[in-house]
Amino acid sequence: MSSLILILSAILVIFMIVGAIVTIHARDLLVAIIASAIVDLVLAVLFYILQAPDVAITQASIMGGLTTAIFLVAIKKTERYEQ
Amino acid sequence: MSWYIAIGIITIGVILTLIRALKGPTPADRMVAVDSMTTITTALLVLLGLYFKRYIYLDIALVYAVLAFVATLAVARYMEGGL
Amino acid sequence: MILNVIGWFLIYFGAVFLFLGALGIVRFPDVYNRLQAGTKCTTLGAFSAIIGVGILHPAWLAKTFIIALFILLTNPISSHALGRASYRSGVKLWEKSVVDKCKEFAECVEERNE
Repeated sequence: MSSLILILSAILVIFMIVGAIVTIHARDLLVAIIASAIVDLVLAVLFYILQAPDVAITQASIMGGLTTAIFLVAIKKTERYEQ
Repeated sequence: MSWYIAIGIITIGVILTLIRALKGPTPADRMVAVDSMTTITTALLVLLGLYFKRYIYLDIALVYAVLAFVATLAVARYMEGGL
Repeated sequence: MILNVIGWFLIYFGAVFLFLGALGIVRFPDVYNRLQAGTKCTTLGAFSAIIGVGILHPAWLAKTFIIALFILLTNPISSHALGRASYRSGVKLWEKSVVDKCKEFAECVEERNE
């Protein structure tokens, strides 16, 4: 693993941490869902860099596509803003 | 050597879109940034697949390109009022 | 040799276009300008870079062509859906934008119905 790949994975980890903090602190739940989708998509890239292609495919498909849609249906049934 | 320059330029693009996605004022801004982040990341995954010299790594780029589109479409339908 | 040169040229062309699209995402003032920069530039850039990888390594050409075809199909659909959704959910235009064709069309349809 060369130094370029190491720097790339370090930057991705930093953005994952910032995305998780945004997810916790958001009042608008749509913003929280988008931030958690960012965390999942970046995590798929990180699994790819760590050379686990099957885990990366599962992460990108389940967490990136399906969980976002299910959370959207959930906040459609209840309410969007946290009081 | 030329790998470093190409992957570095695309990595800077991913960082800029992630900054807009975590900072943007409205949810539509964030979703636009996530949409272009997935397109840029697909190109980055294909280039990294040629860097690691594994044929199986192209499958992840295919799944990533198809299923991030589902998340974008679901959020767009939610903002429009449908779903 | 000539395939090598063409492949590297396409990869760098795509990388520069992807970087310019990301710069437009950060620098432009409102949603619609960002949508335009972030969709057109990234579609051309990703298509060019992926086909460049396929030309550089000809055994991978079929699968890279399929990935590029998926990007070319799905990216305009998602950008169109996002633009329509953000217009209908009430996102304002930038204050220096001068033309709003969607509003003009809605007024024209109202006049014709009356």
